[in-house]
Amino acid sequence: MDLIWDGIREAFRILGTGDYSIWEITLRSLFISGSAVAISLVIGIAVGSLLAFNEFPGRNLAFTLVNTGMGLPPVVVGLLVAIMLWRSGPLGQLDLIYTPLAMIIAQTIIAAPIVTGFTAAALRSLSPRLRSQLYALGASRLQMLWLVLWEAKLPLLAAVMAGFGGAVSEIGASIMVGGNLAGETRVLTTAVVLEVSRGEFAPAIALSMVLLALIFAVNLILTTVQQQEQRS
Amino acid sequence: MTWRRIAIVVALAGLLALAAAACGGGKEIILATTTSTQDTGLLDELLPRFKEESGYKVKVIAVGSGEALAMADRGDADAVLAHAPSSEQELVDKGSVVNRQLVMHNDFVIVGPANDPAGIKGMESATEALTTIADQKAPFISRGDDSGTNKLELKLWDKAGLKPEGQSWYEQSGQGMGATLQIASQRGAYTISDRGTYLAQSSNLQLEVLVEGDPALLNVYHVMQVNPERFDGVNGDGGKAFVEFMVSADTQKIIGDFGVDKFGRPLFIADAGKAESELGLE
Amino acid sequence: MSQAKLSLHDVWLRRRGSDILQVPHLDVFPGEVLAVIGPNGAGKTTLLMVLALLERPSEGEVLFEGESVRGRELSLRRRMAVVFQEALLLRRSVLENVAMGLELRGVPRRQRRERALRWMERFGIAHLARRGPRNLSGGEAQRASLARAFALEPEVLLLDEPFGGLDQPTREALLEELAGVLAETGVTTVFVTHDRDEAARLGHRVAVLLGGRLRQVGPVADVFAAPVNEEVAAFVGVETMVPARAVGDAGGLARLEVAGHIIEAVVRGPLASDVLVCLRPEDVVLAPPDGVMTSSARNRLAGVVTRIVQAGAQARVTVDCGFPLVAVITRQSLEELGLDVGDRVVASFKASAVHLIPRPAGG
Repeated sequence: MDLIWDGIREAFRILGTGDYSIWEITLRSLFISGSAVAISLVIGIAVGSLLAFNEFPGRNLAFTLVNTGMGLPPVVVGLLVAIMLWRSGPLGQLDLIYTPLAMIIAQTIIAAPIVTGFTAAALRSLSPRLRSQLYALGASRLQMLWLVLWEAKLPLLAAVMAGFGGAVSEIGASIMVGGNLAGETRVLTTAVVLEVSRGEFAPAIALSMVLLALIFAVNLILTTVQQQEQRS
Repeated sequence: MTWRRIAIVVALAGLLALAAAACGGGKEIILATTTSTQDTGLLDELLPRFKEESGYKVKVIAVGSGEALAMADRGDADAVLAHAPSSEQELVDKGSVVNRQLVMHNDFVIVGPANDPAGIKGMESATEALTTIADQKAPFISRGDDSGTNKLELKLWDKAGLKPEGQSWYEQSGQGMGATLQIASQRGAYTISDRGTYLAQSSNLQLEVLVEGDPALLNVYHVMQVNPERFDGVNGDGGKAFVEFMVSADTQKIIGDFGVDKFGRPLFIADAGKAESELGLE
Repeated sequence: MSQAKLSLHDVWLRRRGSDILQVPHLDVFPGEVLAVIGPNGAGKTTLLMVLALLERPSEGEVLFEGESVRGRELSLRRRMAVVFQEALLLRRSVLENVAMGLELRGVPRRQRRERALRWMERFGIAHLARRGPRNLSGGEAQRASLARAFALEPEVLLLDEPFGGLDQPTREALLEELAGVLAETGVTTVFVTHDRDEAARLGHRVAVLLGGRLRQVGPVADVFAAPVNEEVAAFVGVETMVPARAVGDAGGLARLEVAGHIIEAVVRGPLASDVLVCLRPEDVVLAPPDGVMTSSARNRLAGVVTRIVQAGAQARVTVDCGFPLVAVITRQSLEELGLDVGDRVVASFKASAVHLIPRPAGG
């Protein structure tokens, strides 16, 4: 127990003084996972609206694929992306391995099916006549898409939060394609693993607290928006 | 309309990401090494100097020896710093690595709980200590991760004529040295560690050095280049610069002093230029 | 005849291998209200969607003011407005919903709010401006939908069973209001319904759609009085429909003047001055001119048989009493009466059998 209390006390000290580059690591986590989720949102809206609104042969198969993608183990994604990006791999020429961009790619592959699945479900749940009504009101295709997304904004927000939660908590893929390099590709989760393997519990606890606070803040936003919607 | 704004934001985000990635450009090498090396903090001391002197930034990928050498064998790294001599030799024979040079050594120690239930403290032979542990069925944690440490441990069991895998008192952590030491400390179990990592973490551990000094416990580090003739994309100049840096007189001095102020004794003994036979290796 | 606002030529719509809609020719003239009637599943909504340029036919042409709509669907849609059976309001205030069409067309904020508010007042829901869409009653929501459509001042208004989901009193009230606004604005309107009374109430012309095919188009009275075939007749059901003028009412009985006769009808509620007198053929009894009065019917009209159509055990007899009156009698009665074209008869029907429909202005 002493270990934990010492660790927590030391953790607060670290947070206060900014040792162990905690803030640099936190910002990087936000940047990498944030970018991954932003790209996933674009993909999610494009593919999700296609799936939700258009009938085409193989539609059910497409839905199944998206749902399968949601359940992909992140570490498997990491291994596949790493194999592609290693110098010995097909995309080695791009020199992307062990860079933040490689991590963004891996995290996007992990988050995109989640965001797409949620988006498609949210759009599907809207009344089918709504789109006709909006077109009838004179909406162009883009205007219609924007209005429909705004109508579904709550489930979309949930999708983004789910995607972000998945991306920012992810370790396996991030280490494999990022290499956990200090000052470059080290993020909150990979830093925790490193500090634990070194036996440095205080920074590990400090980093964990930041990670928890981040996830809490993100969920707080979602809940607040939901409450506002329900009140109006 | 709002669509244009969204498109701009996304494009900017994309550009930023690319810029961030591009920042990694310039002179860089990938160094495949082991977790124990990184965990001692030696590289944190040396690499900034290397950058200043040569201009190369080093991307340190710290994994088990097995994976580090596998990376070299695929051409996915530019230089390797490892401590698994027989496996390294295989790669030299294959032509995957060149310019292999002795850098430093330290030793392994057998550590365990202070109360030493198996009674191995002070033994001079590592194999004798391991045999005793097996007889007593005292808990033992192995790294089990194909690292240099692990290979040495397995060689010792082999020498003692024992097969501990699968027995109830023998567990494999599959992780780095730091984590394995933690597990042993929490469980009151024995393990083999390189002295460097043990010293670096000893304040957090409830383990003591029980057996040391046996030549069979020597831990020898070599540095080598991944062969640029054999693999495309390997940075031959960078790799060469790193090897030369590691065996240079200045670096060797730093290695020899490393750890003294913190632990009272150096973690490594600098060996560049010596003949292998001087160390008493088989 | 002025040029049609909207036209369909040789339009076919096929979905999953079956023919949903088949319209060789249909015109919608400026300023008229065209009622499209038919049973559920007849393709009325599909027809409306094609006219509203929301669905493209598999074959055939849609013309707006004589020119093909291809390539300009969006700009033409912005000159029309559609009201569906569900109000389909978005998650914003009612005022913003009513202004939605204007917002999509880029009308600046103040103007669109003004216009929206004006139309909300017209439909009696101005007090709901700031409310969210969720707590509105069905009637309120549809008023909002109507206001939203009218606020656009469209050139063509299309309504798809707008009052289908509402209870009877609300439906009546809204029907009245809509009739009023249509009369005021004179906007070209296509009104889809399965209710014949609504069609007669609002429409100048009516189009009958059965099984996806357009069976008959014409002025309301014509179609109802002279259905073109058995199928249409069966759907329409009411075959005597003649304009009449109210000349008085006393004690729940109205007196109507039609083609020189005075007819008495039972009325509930206020009586309009211009009405359509509707009679089901089953309610008309025929008797020889100087025969014994066997019924207690208050209305007795003398006339001449102009047509007899026999169908199985029944016969449909058309009598000219100054206006065409259709009666359906059994074959047996026909034989007993010994009726033939050109014979004189007396047609009688009860005051309670008369169904009155107020006429739209300018019919």
